[in-house]
Amino acid sequence: MKRLKLSKNAKDNLITYGIVILAYVIMQIMINTGHISSLLQGLLVPLCVYVILAVSLNLTVGILGELSLGHAGFMCVGAFAGAFFSRYMQNVIEVSLLRFLIAIIIGAVSAGIVGFLIGMPVLRLRGDYLAIVTLAFGEIIKSIINVLYIGKDSSGLHFSMKDSMSLGLAEDGDVIINGAQGITGTPKDATFTIGIVLIILTLIIVLNLIHSRDGRAIMSIRDNLIAAESIGINITKYKLMAFSVSAALAGMAGVLYSHNLSSLMATPKNFGYNMSIMILVFVVLGGIGNIRGSIISAVILTLLPELLRGLSNYRMLIYSIVLIVMMLFNWSPKLINLRKKYSLRRLFKKTGEVR
Amino acid sequence: MSFISYLINGISLGSVYAIIALGYTMVYGIAKMLNFAHGDVIMVGGFTIFFAVSMQGFPSIVGILLAVVLCTLLGITIEYIAYRPLRQAASSLAVLITAIGVSYFLQNMALLIFGANTKAFTSVVTVPAIKLAEGQIMISGETIVTIISCIVIMIGLTLFINKTKAGQAMLAVSEDKGAAQLMGINVNGTISLTFAIGSALAAIAGMLLCSAYPSLTPYTGSMPGIKAFVAAVFGGIGSIPGALIGGIVLGIIEILGKAYISSQMADAIVFLVLIVVLLVKPTGILGKKIKEKV
Repeated sequence: MKRLKLSKNAKDNLITYGIVILAYVIMQIMINTGHISSLLQGLLVPLCVYVILAVSLNLTVGILGELSLGHAGFMCVGAFAGAFFSRYMQNVIEVSLLRFLIAIIIGAVSAGIVGFLIGMPVLRLRGDYLAIVTLAFGEIIKSIINVLYIGKDSSGLHFSMKDSMSLGLAEDGDVIINGAQGITGTPKDATFTIGIVLIILTLIIVLNLIHSRDGRAIMSIRDNLIAAESIGINITKYKLMAFSVSAALAGMAGVLYSHNLSSLMATPKNFGYNMSIMILVFVVLGGIGNIRGSIISAVILTLLPELLRGLSNYRMLIYSIVLIVMMLFNWSPKLINLRKKYSLRRLFKKTGEVR
Repeated sequence: MSFISYLINGISLGSVYAIIALGYTMVYGIAKMLNFAHGDVIMVGGFTIFFAVSMQGFPSIVGILLAVVLCTLLGITIEYIAYRPLRQAASSLAVLITAIGVSYFLQNMALLIFGANTKAFTSVVTVPAIKLAEGQIMISGETIVTIISCIVIMIGLTLFINKTKAGQAMLAVSEDKGAAQLMGINVNGTISLTFAIGSALAAIAGMLLCSAYPSLTPYTGSMPGIKAFVAAVFGGIGSIPGALIGGIVLGIIEILGKAYISSQMADAIVFLVLIVVLLVKPTGILGKKIKEKV
């Protein structure tokens, strides 16, 4: 039998997929044997959402090397596009799985298009300026959705930016997007299994992109823009590619998010810059550019406030302290040296070389 | 006539943004980091005055001084504990996330101490309002104090930076840390001083903001913080006159947008103007253009 030879990358990727599948199997066993609290069960779909968001933002921050603070905006676009489609087609397409799949595609594509349109002018900026502009776009998207009214009746769709009365709907009319009240009555199609499938899909897209020729071009832009340009890499094209793929994946996560809630509103809490920052925290804590790290830190940081629930009022305080201490421990040059000095490997003198 | 009073309100709000933006811009100029916790220092300043004046009954000047001292110490402590260890870190994102952590910490600390419900802040300004044009335009005492303090702070800060040794040291450190150290400048001390000044300004901004908009929650500082950061970027981050221009333009746009277009879309309009400015002038209005050499 010929021994299967895998490259280091392929092995690494397989481990990542394995972790996700293993987590899924364990969770399924726990659900079926009833060893899981209803609280945790309610968290399963949001966990999938955050994992996808973290992985997709890592594509922008870690692989493209540009700081984006507007990721929640793309998620918002996807969530509303997907939920709108599901509400509109609720009585037309009866099979919920099929409807949800089309909703996911629509959400991802619309977020991707928005990402592309925003990326075209914005990616000329660099560093903190890019960060603040993406933050601004995220807030604008949220504000626009808060004043958007769309309704349908027998004569088709009606749009308004004022209020639901000015839609001019007929008797049988139905307001689908009701401004600040958002979309209510979205079918609850999202399940943990679909969430896991979407995570795997995200991983396949992102990991394959990273290890492709295009991915290497993107990373070369991150490492040295001028050098990349001088060897004939089309900067705009590859930046836009990474940015819009990342936006589309965020849109996909948004669709999953919206189909887990019965009423969807664009509040500062779920689609504001705080959300974008939270996703960024997952990415940085998990390791910039490290996809597996993003998954793990998204899971831990989502579960942490819930696990600390017993501490009631102190939980967010402890969360913030844990965050600061972990950042210092992971990134401070002094602490890194200290860790190397007293690392287990060094103490047991197994190898002379310390990583 | 209403246009003029909107304009004055806008300048007043813009002055507060300008004072906050100064803190951002100075810290960015010298430490090259976004201090996300700056907005929450404003909130701490507001709560200190609320605690001292409304709850303990001290005279307002004591409350203000207390807030300035406390915020200054807070700024220095935050820099020492959370930011200094990461100054040489491999990624500049690390210190950004720590700043977010500090921001959460301050918010939740205030939440624990004062609770989540909105506090009614009694204005500490005792200047009487001025009536102009036969009572058609009224300028409130808060507005007068805000605009005057903004002007005083701007002049004071410009003099401090250009005329004193410590101010020149700040300029040197923001230009080149290594070279500044070789010239015998205490880099750590200078950065601490910058954080101290920025945080003291945040306390004053907190006082002005809460006097003009008298509701206080643990999250009071975060949105003005973000807006002031936008103002700093707008005017060209790192530039002190830029912070003034950015803050005032932003304040005017926000108030006029609220009055004439839509109150819900006011924030969106502010951000849209920022984007347009940055696309035309990628380093802000007064920002220096950095040429990259190969």
